[in-house]
Amino acid sequence: MEKVGAVLVIGGGIAGIQTSIDLADSGYKVYLAESTTSIGGVMSQLDKTFPTNDCAICILAPKLVETGRHENIDILINSSIEKIEGEPGNFKVDLTQRTLRLDQNKCTGCGLCAQQCPIEAIDFFNEKLSNIAAISVKFPQAVPLVFSIDKDKCIGCGICKGICKVKAIDYELQNKEINLNVGAVVLAIGFDEYDPTPLKQFGYGKYLNVITSIEFERILSASGPHSGLIIRPSDGIIPKKIAFLNCIGSRDRKQGNDYCSSVCCMYTTKEAVIAKEHMNIIDPTIFTMDIRAYGKDFDKYIERAKDEYGIRYIRRRISSIKEIPDSKDLKVYYETGNGKIIEEFFNLVVLSVGMQPNQQAKELAQKLNIQLNEYGFCKTETFTPVDTSRPGIYVCGSFATPKDIPETVIEASAAAGCVNVLLSEARNKLVSKKELPEELDVTDQPPRIGVFICHCGINIGGVVDVPNVVEYVKTLPNVVYAEHNLYTCSADTQTNIKEKIENNKLNRVIVASCTPRTHEALFQATIREVGLNKYLFEMVNIRDQCSWVHMHEPEKATAKSKDLLRMSVAKASQLIPLQEQEIAVINKGLIIGGGVSGMSAALNLASQGYEVYLIEKEDSLGGIAKNLYRTLENDNIQEYLKNLIKNVENNQLIQVFKNAQINSISGYIGNFSTNINYGNNNKSVDLELGIIVVATGAKEYQPNEYNFGQDQRIITQTEFEKDLFTTDKVKGVKSIVMIQCVGSRNEDHPYCSRICCSEAIKNALKAKEINPKIEIVILYRDIRTYGFKEKYYNLARDKKVIFIRFDETKPPELNIKNKQLKIIVNNPDLGEIEINPDLIVLSTGLVAPIKENEDLAKMLKVPLNEDKFFLEAHVKLRPIDFATDGIYLCGSAHSPKDLRESIAQSNGAAAQAVKILSAEKLVTSGLVAVVIEENCIGCGSCLEVCQFNAIELIEEERTFEDFTMTILKSHINPALCKGCGTCGAQCPNSTIVIKHFGFEQIHAMISALLVQS
Amino acid sequence: MISKEKKVKNKEFHPNILCFCCNWCSYAGADLAGVSRFQYPPTIRIVRVMCSGRVDPAFILEAFKDGIDGVIVTGCHIGDCHYLKGNEFARDRFERFREVLKIFNLDKRFRLEWVSASEGKRFAEVITEFTNKIKKLGPLQAI
Repeated sequence: MEKVGAVLVIGGGIAGIQTSIDLADSGYKVYLAESTTSIGGVMSQLDKTFPTNDCAICILAPKLVETGRHENIDILINSSIEKIEGEPGNFKVDLTQRTLRLDQNKCTGCGLCAQQCPIEAIDFFNEKLSNIAAISVKFPQAVPLVFSIDKDKCIGCGICKGICKVKAIDYELQNKEINLNVGAVVLAIGFDEYDPTPLKQFGYGKYLNVITSIEFERILSASGPHSGLIIRPSDGIIPKKIAFLNCIGSRDRKQGNDYCSSVCCMYTTKEAVIAKEHMNIIDPTIFTMDIRAYGKDFDKYIERAKDEYGIRYIRRRISSIKEIPDSKDLKVYYETGNGKIIEEFFNLVVLSVGMQPNQQAKELAQKLNIQLNEYGFCKTETFTPVDTSRPGIYVCGSFATPKDIPETVIEASAAAGCVNVLLSEARNKLVSKKELPEELDVTDQPPRIGVFICHCGINIGGVVDVPNVVEYVKTLPNVVYAEHNLYTCSADTQTNIKEKIENNKLNRVIVASCTPRTHEALFQATIREVGLNKYLFEMVNIRDQCSWVHMHEPEKATAKSKDLLRMSVAKASQLIPLQEQEIAVINKGLIIGGGVSGMSAALNLASQGYEVYLIEKEDSLGGIAKNLYRTLENDNIQEYLKNLIKNVENNQLIQVFKNAQINSISGYIGNFSTNINYGNNNKSVDLELGIIVVATGAKEYQPNEYNFGQDQRIITQTEFEKDLFTTDKVKGVKSIVMIQCVGSRNEDHPYCSRICCSEAIKNALKAKEINPKIEIVILYRDIRTYGFKEKYYNLARDKKVIFIRFDETKPPELNIKNKQLKIIVNNPDLGEIEINPDLIVLSTGLVAPIKENEDLAKMLKVPLNEDKFFLEAHVKLRPIDFATDGIYLCGSAHSPKDLRESIAQSNGAAAQAVKILSAEKLVTSGLVAVVIEENCIGCGSCLEVCQFNAIELIEEERTFEDFTMTILKSHINPALCKGCGTCGAQCPNSTIVIKHFGFEQIHAMISALLVQS
Repeated sequence: MISKEKKVKNKEFHPNILCFCCNWCSYAGADLAGVSRFQYPPTIRIVRVMCSGRVDPAFILEAFKDGIDGVIVTGCHIGDCHYLKGNEFARDRFERFREVLKIFNLDKRFRLEWVSASEGKRFAEVITEFTNKIKKLGPLQAI
């Protein structure tokens, strides 16, 4: 059966959004089915994100808009799946789109209906903490921006129908059947927050001042129910003492779910920190068992929370709370280290609820015929982390395992990477490309400006005297045409604008309406359709930033609109057409590092037909996995590795260079070149490539603690693993002590290596399997078996593995007396404990190869973090990319991670890389910076501020009358420039032109601000 | 004919304020103020730039030279910059520039603020507060 170049993505949270963008950018038609009325998912509800405290909507909104505008993405809101038939590469899917009771294509999102609606409904986006109109939009930045009617609340009064100027509202509109033909399906349905109502001991739903963490998140949000003011539900006063209770519904074998929800330790800390930032009088306390800060730079965040913000952590699980009837404060009991019971009062209790499977999961799994795991999440395997049990259907995000945003984004790209492999032959078959007329040359023409001013129903027209503004605009210089429209964004107005451009020979166009952030691209496309360069367009925001914020001052709003238009006309007169350059792409990739990550990325690209150079510094492929035998879940690593290496070495398109060393890397996205030496004879070769993937991994820390290397009975976890899986030495051992965090989470390596807890438990379980009588004690600071790994922690405890916690300030001590090993550990609750083991196993973390990473980072011009791991472009939403385009990152080179996570990230890196490799040419934006070279003094100030390596200083020979000298000139590569303009403001000679936001244009606007005709 | 004339009325002083917004955070915050209908005085005229790092101190001097009563530059919070560090460069640059403004006694008429895309209310508050401050200072006298 022929493969179909279209993909259905189910779920419009950050996972679905990322997969959709990745697939649509690499030549597939994407249908994004979302069950609510807007994409954005849980991330859109978050106030901030850890560990950077980034504003969630600031970083998410541009992605929402990008998805909404993408010509290859169709968003199907309010939709659910009915049926799927077919096979990988060719599925037939039936969906139902539930009626919004209005026509989505007509609704302009103007919001008049919601203002007039007399009925209040519950605002679910604000977690029921506030009300909205019965006709409403999910949240202000919703994409698509369409309203819908809450059918349970609507009384059918017809007011909205009467007021809607575009006649979008139709109560009788029925559900719609949609039939799609797609090559693959990606499931990204996310999770549900655990509902703590059944846990009576916490009184959620009964005690007013007990709320969930997601409710608290909305309370923290500046756009939440109280505009960011932290007040408690019972009486609206500021809660000075807030208790956060972790693991609500997680790690609870009796009542909740026995897995760990992976994110709560971190988001609780974030909420505590943000609460403290909002109001310094707030005193947050976090009750937790372990602090699972296992991700990149997470531990540093916890340390900052403790030291800088004074967040108090108490290592206790609270069993119940009581409400004080009068004050509605809450009483919490807990036990101190010395067994004393403490009673403490809090003004507010936040239950840090975990993740549970999406309530649609079961039904969806049945319809799609895919398997769920024992917890009700989607079943996946370690070595194929985004494959479901049914070929052709993939999964990503927290539907597979509970996970945070960066890992979700990584998996989303990984799912796109795997779809790429399945459907590469159908790439570009179903995507449409608009035929456009040739651009008119207007460079020598005097400006002829046309202005279109929008009433936006009565959103603008109800406040601003629009006809008056039109008359005023007609008097401004260079304006040859002006008109007003009821809705400038409607389809018929686009036709009208095009006619007016042609009839009046307009060569600059201004639209005064809403915000360019959502509508600029639409109007740019309109003017381009009649041959005008899209940069000859300006937009004036007289709604969001004028009529809506000066509703009671119509005259002043009208005057402001005139001022803004005058400024815009002044700028438009200075606009010039900008050219988007095309760059050819070398369709070959370079992958640095021949471990599991590098090989996975190489195979992904090669199986889509791209040539790959894979370079490895050692004399064999496999990396750190060569020393590993089984995963925690008991998958056979050596067998997997053997097959992987065989597949790589037998692949015609992959050229492997072993014993390789990189001498130089130069170039830019699509056009890199490198020189390497390789092989036993140290041969030199030059390679040309379009993209580079960094998969250099990490190495095991070699300890100098605990007499390591001086006593054969003191070994590392890796050495122990080898003994366990290849010898029967353990049969003769009576007792083992494992010490965690050796060389991790200390001053030298202030990060968690993420994998060591699981490695220790894996080996402990294996040792118990071989020798059930063996005594194993694991000394730890926090057990970080996140996600479903928690099962094995439980299993180990069931098998009588003993876990003893120690404090970082008092690490276990080793004494060897009369050849007897003695470990003294100080437990905060139990005091000193002495153990005499036969064997000591040190769980040593992963460290970055400092020298190698520094050298490579310098050659690639990419940054490293403090711990010398490679630093991605954005911690939350760009975990695979570098700020420098065309270079990608995967595996432990990014931060320590397990095999499953490394495989996911390498497929994700391949998905990013394929966007470039599959393009015949790349088109750069016209909004770039350009150096006027004759005025450049070569000082290099611009170079210092550019974060994208777009600027280089080029040496030039200059001959003067009687001598020649070398001078430096700055040169900006338009392929790498992002157009931020920082270099332009930094240049001491004002010789960098920022296109579209240049000195002339901004100067013109400033000068026009006060000028009156 | 176009003539340069200040909009100072005899009775009440309505300041003219130039406001730079970055495309990604503060402009979105200004939009959210609108969507949420947070009202603020109609004194500012927004110029959108891609990044606060784009704003050249020369623009601010020019605005004051033209007789604009106050200038406010807004961008993403530190750490949130869409271009990684543009706002940090803006911050450093304007810290130095403030010293220059002090010489002309203009530093009180200039402000640098970080506003996120979710801080619609804050945007309105910042503008209201700055407007009141400029009102107190009175119209800009010719330098």
